[in-house]
Amino acid sequence: MTETGAQSVGAAEPGDRVSGDVSLDTRTIQQINEAGISLKGVTKRYGDKAVVDDIDLVIEPGEFMTLLGPSGSGKTTTLNMIAGFADVTEGLLHIHGKPVAKLPAHKRDIGMVFQNYALFPHMTVEENVAYPLQRRKMPKAEQRKRIAESLQMVRLAEYGGRYPAELSGGQQQRAALARALVYNPRVLLMDEPLGALDKKLREWLQMEIKRIHQEVGSTFVYVTHDQEEALSLSDRIAVFNNGKIEQVGTGVELYEHPDTLFVGRFLGESSVLRAPSSTATVRDGNTTLAVGDHHVTVPGERRGVESLAVLVRPENLSLELPGYVPASSTENALPVTVKTATYLGVGWRYDVVLFDGTSGIVRTPNDATRFGPGDQAIVTWDVRHGVLLEDLGEGDESTT
Amino acid sequence: MTMKRVLIAFSVLVIFLLIVPTLVIVPISFNASPSFDFPPKGWSLQWYENFLTDREWLKALGNSVLVAILTAIVATVAGVLASLGLSRLKFRGKSLLENYFLAPMIVPGIVIAIGLYSLFIRLDLLGTIPGFVFAHTIVALPLVIINVMASLQGVDPRLAQAAASLGASKARTFFTVTLPLIVPGVTAGALFAFVTSFDEIILSLFIQDPSLQTLPVKIYRSVTQSTDPTVAAVAVVTMAVSVVVMLAAQLATRKRKALT
Ligand SMILES: Nc1ncnc2c1ncn2[C@@H]1O[C@H](COP(=O)(O)OP(=O)(O)O)[C@@H](O)[C@H]1O
Ligand SMILES: [Mg+2]
Repeated sequence: MTETGAQSVGAAEPGDRVSGDVSLDTRTIQQINEAGISLKGVTKRYGDKAVVDDIDLVIEPGEFMTLLGPSGSGKTTTLNMIAGFADVTEGLLHIHGKPVAKLPAHKRDIGMVFQNYALFPHMTVEENVAYPLQRRKMPKAEQRKRIAESLQMVRLAEYGGRYPAELSGGQQQRAALARALVYNPRVLLMDEPLGALDKKLREWLQMEIKRIHQEVGSTFVYVTHDQEEALSLSDRIAVFNNGKIEQVGTGVELYEHPDTLFVGRFLGESSVLRAPSSTATVRDGNTTLAVGDHHVTVPGERRGVESLAVLVRPENLSLELPGYVPASSTENALPVTVKTATYLGVGWRYDVVLFDGTSGIVRTPNDATRFGPGDQAIVTWDVRHGVLLEDLGEGDESTT
Repeated sequence: MTMKRVLIAFSVLVIFLLIVPTLVIVPISFNASPSFDFPPKGWSLQWYENFLTDREWLKALGNSVLVAILTAIVATVAGVLASLGLSRLKFRGKSLLENYFLAPMIVPGIVIAIGLYSLFIRLDLLGTIPGFVFAHTIVALPLVIINVMASLQGVDPRLAQAAASLGASKARTFFTVTLPLIVPGVTAGALFAFVTSFDEIILSLFIQDPSLQTLPVKIYRSVTQSTDPTVAAVAVVTMAVSVVVMLAAQLATRKRKALT
């Protein structure tokens, strides 16, 4: 297996440099063979433009992996390469240890669910679900049993005789799910499958997909640009930006410990302070930055970086009355002006601005001090809750 | 309001002008006397009887039907394959190729006829069934391609991707997904091809020989050589066949709209 895994991509041996900085040592080969899906240095070029640029990703068997990123970041292209709808320009692509870059789509034993459902309009739901079984030359009785089971699983048992045009969007997507799962593919790929549905239905189907994933135990690869969806569904998330993967990790890891400012800002809400690294001083493993006349302390340090950023989540910020003095040096405090106050039921959300125009978001519980628009306040947070990141000066002002 | 009435009157006039020369032939075909008099002085079915008992006419009818059916088959198969290539592949010069396939609709028939004539002399195809089928396929192909392309445009390319992900090869995908969805366009294309061949005269005049004539060729010869009203009966039958087939094609395309 180790041998075939490497050989069919041009007789690559341990130590060979295949492309870019992908080198196949024994450990890498073992990793490839144990992975559900493995991408090593995978690149897709259209003309000169690399729309997927040298990505590495190891998806464990049975894992629910979400490819998350803004529109145009290369998620669909990556999924299409795994599915076999797009050629891999460069790099190694393995599914369950088998090199598949040269394998046509219909031989990859994957299931695929599309945003527009892609049900065959001239077939009933049952015929659609039977389609993948017919080619597999399964006994008729076994086919019927499987079809019934998978329609049951997506709660469409009564709709087998309907044509796709006679179903709602949510029902069509569930039929597509049944069709993609009826032959127990080891890998299920989904490209924004809930993108065309309204919020309520989307949330319900998210739960359904999660339940089905637990039931069937296949490897799921899910593409979305909706970070909430990614957080609620996934075991792990790969954050795409500009054809590259910025970070791979669990929702908690990405939310609490983003590696880059992009990841931090793409997942959830955040407030970001920026400062040149020339103002930074490091002591006891903490970095202190100057923000105007004030100082902000964050855990960790970053060297060899021109500009730094501190990211804090809204629920970790508090608002205090003017004149508030931090109790200890483990608390940061900055004066702000409240712009808007919004009641959320579970608490309040305040949009605030710093003296230098930096905006921030604060969430407080219902029993905290209330503020109104125009009020002066002090925003405070525990030093532990700040994340020190490199500020690449990207113009992505998505949180403001 | 008056504008609308003027337009309606104009439309009626145009329809009248279009249809009258065609319909004049119908009463003539029932003429009692052996002439092309209009209106006829008496009625009879003798010219139809003539047509259906004359071995030469029947032979020509048989040739026409055979050539039209073969043309429909060849043009449909070739047209579907060409359309699939044109719609699925993306390559430089694609629109050039598209125009190339449709060229027989624009190039004057006489130009194709002369070209074919000189080609067929060399290939010894004059007055042969394969020769007729080949010639008629040239002019029938664009009609098939137009109809099939229109049908293909309504087929979501992701259906083919879905079929592939479900384990279907390219061929299987075509026969189980694509083809069933474009059947109306293919049917319409085949019927158009049949009618085109059945009516074709320009190319046929050049590539016929006395041993093998199609119905339009025989009509033409008959009209220019005698005043036998049998030809009127033949013309009416030809027209009826065309009208019925075109109506069927209409129905097929209507079904296509209903499906999507
Ligand atoms: N067939 C193609 N030819 C050229 N460029 C393409 C093609 N498909 C996608 N792209 C480009 O690749 C980039 C990534 O696209 P895609 O993978 O669809 O992004 P996402 O799914 O993350 O929105 C986009 O800039 C898109 O314009
Ligand atoms: Mg996409």
